[in-house]
Amino acid sequence: MSQSGDRSGDKPGAAKWYELFSRGARDWLRHDEKVREAVRANLPEVIAGAEVISDGARTVRVPVRMLEHYHFRLRRAEESQGAGQGKAKPGDVFSDPTRAQGPGEKGAGGRDEGEIQLLLEFKVDDIVDWLWEEMQLPNLKARIGPSEETDWVREGWDRRGARSRLDRRRSFKELVKRRGAPGATPNFTDEDLRFRQLARRRQPAVHAVVFFMLDVSGSMSDRDRKLAKTFFFWVVQGLRREYRSLETVFVAHTTEAWEFSEPDFFKVSGSGGTVASTGLLKVREIIDARYNPGRSNIYLFYASDGDNSVSDAADARAALSAITADACFTGYVEVSSGLSRQLATETGKLFAELTAAGCAAGSYALNDFDDVWGAVRHFFTTESHSGDAAAPAEPTPPAGSP
Amino acid sequence: MSADWQSYVRRMEELAVASGLKFHPVDFEAVPDSFMMEIAVYGLPVRMPHWSFGVRYIYQLIQRHMGHSRLFEVVFPGNPGHAYLAESNGLAENILVTAHVLGHADFARNNLLFKRCQEQVSERIVEHAANHARQIQAAIETHGAQRVEAALDAALALEQHVDIDQSLRRPRYPEYVADAKTVLDDTFRRRFAALEPAAGGSALDVKRRAPVPPHAERDLLWFVANYAPEMESWERDIFLAVREESFYFYPVFATQIMNEGWASYWHARLLREADFVPQQAYLDAIKCHSDVVRPVAAEQQVALSINPYHLGFAMWEKIVASKGLEAARHIMEQDDDFGFVRNHLTRELAEELGLFRYSARSDGQIKVLDHELTALHEALLAPKYNFGAPTVSAVRVRNDGTLELMHDTSVDSRGLDLERSRKVLDYLQKVWRRPLVLTTVNQAGSTLELTAP
Repeated sequence: MSQSGDRSGDKPGAAKWYELFSRGARDWLRHDEKVREAVRANLPEVIAGAEVISDGARTVRVPVRMLEHYHFRLRRAEESQGAGQGKAKPGDVFSDPTRAQGPGEKGAGGRDEGEIQLLLEFKVDDIVDWLWEEMQLPNLKARIGPSEETDWVREGWDRRGARSRLDRRRSFKELVKRRGAPGATPNFTDEDLRFRQLARRRQPAVHAVVFFMLDVSGSMSDRDRKLAKTFFFWVVQGLRREYRSLETVFVAHTTEAWEFSEPDFFKVSGSGGTVASTGLLKVREIIDARYNPGRSNIYLFYASDGDNSVSDAADARAALSAITADACFTGYVEVSSGLSRQLATETGKLFAELTAAGCAAGSYALNDFDDVWGAVRHFFTTESHSGDAAAPAEPTPPAGSP
Repeated sequence: MSADWQSYVRRMEELAVASGLKFHPVDFEAVPDSFMMEIAVYGLPVRMPHWSFGVRYIYQLIQRHMGHSRLFEVVFPGNPGHAYLAESNGLAENILVTAHVLGHADFARNNLLFKRCQEQVSERIVEHAANHARQIQAAIETHGAQRVEAALDAALALEQHVDIDQSLRRPRYPEYVADAKTVLDDTFRRRFAALEPAAGGSALDVKRRAPVPPHAERDLLWFVANYAPEMESWERDIFLAVREESFYFYPVFATQIMNEGWASYWHARLLREADFVPQQAYLDAIKCHSDVVRPVAAEQQVALSINPYHLGFAMWEKIVASKGLEAARHIMEQDDDFGFVRNHLTRELAEELGLFRYSARSDGQIKVLDHELTALHEALLAPKYNFGAPTVSAVRVRNDGTLELMHDTSVDSRGLDLERSRKVLDYLQKVWRRPLVLTTVNQAGSTLELTAP
């Protein structure tokens, strides 16, 4: 009877293959990769409902279930039978919520495994890239204002410089040139080296300011506000792709209007009626006070349930056209979770007029979280079309004036 | 520490042989806990890669972190058998585990179901599985991970759908319907044919092509591998590799209560008789034994699932006490769990052990039912039928290559879980490459067809 149990007595330090490699971990990683693929495939739906963090955080956390490898299985019975053991008499009744999933059996596969959730973290930048790919959204055309910023650009070569800026190809060319001359040394000399140089140059500003205006009157529910917040968040992400610097301004209004910081903005709740013109005037006031429309790309996104007071119509129209004159784009998103009136509201009409008049404006009725992407897509496609008409500016190369 | 237990292995083997156990030699190897866990997850020390094992791995990791499961050993039958022992086992635990492993080795060598499956799979399943893993790795390199994964998705989803009563190297169906002449070859017909050769010959010469499949076929892995209209040969190999591994897993699955009980009975008995084990180690080992075969977790009054170690152990003790060891060995050789439980779980034993039958509602409310023995047997055995899977058979391949699958609802009228079944059809469609139709019943009991694509 042979038994070779002394295999574990190998030389110390000689690692077995299973100490160096874990198949379980390999297949676990493959599982996670598949989860990511699945999430990516359904990204708009998955993210739309997720808690998005407004500022600072560059990641979004998405709870996902573990994948199940499916087998043929019987439908879950309303009542199943099992065998148990212990002190129990016929007729005893007890409850065991952990067993509510049905008897789990080992090894045979097809178990109930829905209880464990993974929390996957995605980089917002990645998501936005995927989304733009997925939804084939156009990139926005920035309005390039007069020279505004200065920045370092690469420009020319010099014989001295930091080692990290050594241009090998250039240096080699210099060597070849010099070797052509009679009596030259074949080796590199300090004379041959060329370093890339940087220079500070003024560049056109690619700067945007986005106004988010939110109706916080009594008729706006918490859900409406959350819808607006989710929408605003993704709008900012989309715009960030195009602009090197992006400022956000938050204005809330009821019958009055106030400017808020971002954290406060989404907590504000007001009461009373809706007078949109107050908010619009406030926006205009801020533009005049702080921004030069010639240099900044101005965007306004307004979220409301659309119940503007009828007497305000004329004022609102005037205030709105005062803004659209300078803004790249004005968007109205109607968040009415309760009833879907599809923009047949006072504010809805106002924006419809604008669009009809050929202004860079658009509106969208957002009723559900699943539809946030519809809204984002809508605005970015209309914006880019209206942008074609308004500003046919091709991105010009940086003006390198010495 | 690890060297200590090994000095007991030989003496334990001698004692086991003296007690009448007949087993192939066993290779013992102490491995780290992490590797033990992987063996448990994959069922084999080296097995094909698939993401579904990753899912099991995560669950196993979580369970281990919660302290729910601890693995002492895993044994693979064969000649020689392989036994992996956890490095974290103490001396006493390893002595116990050694005896336990010998019990398994005896079972695997003598139980007819094991023997039959091992004749098919050969006694070197561990090496075979490693070979499959290597083949599949090679396939990944030539055909890409995605295509191989699609084939594995389908094959592993059908892993329970094999017919172990058929040969592992089962031949294809006969191509023509059996000739009526040969069946009915009696003197009268021979004389009749001799009278008028022209008339008899021409009618019988026409061969009729047999339909595929000629009868409902539940050996789905085999059927797909042999009759899929557009399958690549490497995909067929994957299906047959999974089928071979299922042939190995089936006896382990179908004799769990007997097998674990038998090993537990023998580790307890060998330990009692092993006078060479020091007193302290013996005490520790007995403590460990009682943990393994306890019916109910320490802090609980009632268990809602039966510990197969406990049930099997108690049944074998009873059988040996009442019928003698010789009879017990006969039972061990001839039964599987179905026969074992039905024939030998008696009313007295069930009462003694406090076994009961319950019904569980989907909201988690559990009601204990009356102590009816036959019903209790069936409640114990129900999850084991047909490798624990519903019976789904291939019934027809249409002219356009559409495969018709049929769920046998005569056994359980509940019908299939539709969402899962649809997903399985999706997996299968990627290798069958023609439409699929699956017939089952819905909640109300009326016939329902699922199709892919």
